[in-house]
Amino acid sequence: MKQKRPILVPRPEGLYCEAGDFFIDPVRPVDRALITHGHADHARPGHTNVLATRQTLDIMAIRYGANFCQFEQAAAWSETFNIKDAVVSFHPAGHVLGSAQIRVEAEGQIIVVSGDYKRRPDPTCAAFEPVACDIFVTEATFGLPVFRHPDTITEITKVNDALESNPERCVIIGAYALGKAQRVIRALRDAGHEKTIYLHGAMLPLCAYYESQGVALGPLESATVASGKSGAFAGSVVIGPPSAIADRWGRRFPDPIIAFASGWMRVRQRAKQRGVELPLIISDHSDWDELTATINELRPQEVWVTHGREEALVRWCQLRQISAMPLNLVGYDDEAE
Amino acid sequence: MHAFATLLERLVLTPSRNAKLALLTAYFEATPDPDRGYALAAITGSLDTGTVKAAALRGLAAERIDAELFALSYDYVGDLAETIALIWQSQTAGEVASPSLGEVVNVLKNASKSDALKQVTRWLDIMPIEDRYALVKLATGGLRIGLSARLAKQALADFGGKAVEDIEEVWHAQTPPYGQLFAWLTATGERPSGHVSAPFKPVMLANPLDETDVSRLNLADFAIEWKWDGIRVQCVCDRGVKRLYTRTGDDISAAFPDVAEAMTANATLDGELLIGRFDGTKISLGSFSELQQRLNRKQVSPAMLNAFPAVVRLYDVLVDDGADVRGLPLAERRRRLETLSVTLDRSRFDVSEQLSASSIEAMAQLRANPPEGIIEGLMLKRLDSPYVAGRPKGPWFKWKREAMLVDAVLMYAQRGHGKRSSFYSDYTFGVWTDDPQHGGQLVPVGKAYSGFTDEELKLIDKYVRDNTFERFGPVRSVHATKDKGLVFEVAFEGLNKSARHKSGVAMRFPRISRVRWDKPAAEADLLKTLVGFLS
Repeated sequence: MKQKRPILVPRPEGLYCEAGDFFIDPVRPVDRALITHGHADHARPGHTNVLATRQTLDIMAIRYGANFCQFEQAAAWSETFNIKDAVVSFHPAGHVLGSAQIRVEAEGQIIVVSGDYKRRPDPTCAAFEPVACDIFVTEATFGLPVFRHPDTITEITKVNDALESNPERCVIIGAYALGKAQRVIRALRDAGHEKTIYLHGAMLPLCAYYESQGVALGPLESATVASGKSGAFAGSVVIGPPSAIADRWGRRFPDPIIAFASGWMRVRQRAKQRGVELPLIISDHSDWDELTATINELRPQEVWVTHGREEALVRWCQLRQISAMPLNLVGYDDEAE
Repeated sequence: MHAFATLLERLVLTPSRNAKLALLTAYFEATPDPDRGYALAAITGSLDTGTVKAAALRGLAAERIDAELFALSYDYVGDLAETIALIWQSQTAGEVASPSLGEVVNVLKNASKSDALKQVTRWLDIMPIEDRYALVKLATGGLRIGLSARLAKQALADFGGKAVEDIEEVWHAQTPPYGQLFAWLTATGERPSGHVSAPFKPVMLANPLDETDVSRLNLADFAIEWKWDGIRVQCVCDRGVKRLYTRTGDDISAAFPDVAEAMTANATLDGELLIGRFDGTKISLGSFSELQQRLNRKQVSPAMLNAFPAVVRLYDVLVDDGADVRGLPLAERRRRLETLSVTLDRSRFDVSEQLSASSIEAMAQLRANPPEGIIEGLMLKRLDSPYVAGRPKGPWFKWKREAMLVDAVLMYAQRGHGKRSSFYSDYTFGVWTDDPQHGGQLVPVGKAYSGFTDEELKLIDKYVRDNTFERFGPVRSVHATKDKGLVFEVAFEGLNKSARHKSGVAMRFPRISRVRWDKPAAEADLLKTLVGFLS
């Protein structure tokens, strides 16, 4: 395989496939884009043609408006598309609703671009499906052996405990609007929290969309000032985007317990710096064990590592005689903070 | 151990003082002896358990994981103990209960280095992650959680329903795991007696004098003294055992051996720690910034002792030759102080002068024109007052000098903490190096985060957001030019030379005294005006 020319190459716009003349998750507007999932750093507006899962297309329309591209095409799971000399198909990545790995086959070579993915169970999206390949393109957001995410249930229990021991306060959870918020809500419901959960305005459309896709989220309400009369928030959970919590929006809640749902909460100083009182280690990304287990399971001939802690994962591959290299793509964020 | 680990994590992440107190009292209630005593010692820094070297643990971790992966992780996490705790792969986490804090401390204090290391390794293998963090911190002696001893004492007071001065008084007689102390606080034992040598006596403090009350004072009832701007201390010599305490009872003898050793009178004295040089007849005082050179050091070099000699200006006597004289009136204590001070080393101790003022106006004149820059104002003490711990209302007053004022321009604003984390509430302000119409630039001279009302804070916060031109993390640069800028009238207590600040000066206790929405930025003060205040 080494001697063969790879069918995908990094370009400033993103990963490019010459055989099919398309980009995967391009960071600049291009003629033909294949999109793994709806997070803003992967799914950008302004492309001419977009091929993605139905759910990812819907999410892009919710975020950017119906005109986010000129022509869209929806990909069903495992449906194959012939784009010029390449054959592509989409497979669940387990990251957020609609998130996909993209399998590209051309010139007798198979590359799977995993986008962002996780392996643990998540009732809000389809589970990751291992796809055999020659080259596996993996993320490495939490690609260090210090990152081992605990069970979601363990973390969610902390929220219930905090509410129980502080009945007069509310818990505000900072969570990214796409994926994390819905997952946290679903986990709270599964842990027995039946009360109305209050949301920042930015979360409502996406939550409604999750509901329409069969993810039941229970009673939700906008956390407007009006609903905050006479301690209405006491004993409740409020969820907002991380940036809003420590800002003006957060001031309407009396004496809130600030929580933040993110894999970064594993590092104490990170939580402390952000003024987080209740860190919740809940991530949409694979932790170290999931990353390494996936590579062990797929046994690709080569691993390309994109955004995150590339060095450590490349090092781990080398220690196991797996050929690996960092793919220095620019424009992809760490898990939204 | 798990309860202790949880307590540590919560203490680090909880911003509110009251919530920290609640965590501590709840822990003291739920935890048996000796664990709660060891926890208390650990968080107040009185537990000496640093038996295991961090490097040794790192070495053990490296046997289990590739050294390069470890190094990359350490780079990212930034804290060695946390890296080890996170990266360690427990073999049976959760299957076996963690040892108690008492067991851990026992091994760390008594086992040989190699045995302790072996035991720590075995524990790391069975502990969940939070417990591993606490264990590594304890084992390597690196437990710094930024919790003051004062706060821990307050928590003990809350827990046992005592006054914090009561706790301070018995504190020094106690050693970990504080069995006697907890027995007293839970009403299952006697109050621990002060059988320790050279104990600390809780300090008497003054209330600020309300300007409107000044005219009502009968001056004949009061002793008047200068309020010296140093560090309030208590010097004790108890049959040869010598100690120097801060006003909260922290023992600083090691940092000030020059003063501590010179205390030869068998007594407990109250006074002000200052830098001073003896010229053969009297002590001339140095500045507060000189004293700062000596503060917050555990050890002090001979060169420092020589360059910045410490002295104590005495105010009062609490114990005189073994007799507790706190119940006597001030006038009588003062006579005793003057008598016993004659025996003291004159290059290290003198008695704070008593002033006389024939009228309130004369006293106000004294206050307005102190003879030395290191005077903060006046102290007024009732001549008949006994020495009472705490801050009783009535007997003692402090009448501080008018604050110095300067008009400065807001340059940077930073987010606050805790309740204020959504507000830009910490302000860096500057003055002009020269006339701004002729090329003068703003140079930062200080930072303040108090003095304004909640209403003003909202307005300033809005101003900051509307006038930001750059952001660095939690800090915003605010437009500050001769044509555009927000002027603060800043009050401060004094000015020191400072090599660390670009302006060359550092303010003491700066706070916003008024927000000058009306004042054009170009009319703020010049640096030379500020430098004119240099004491």
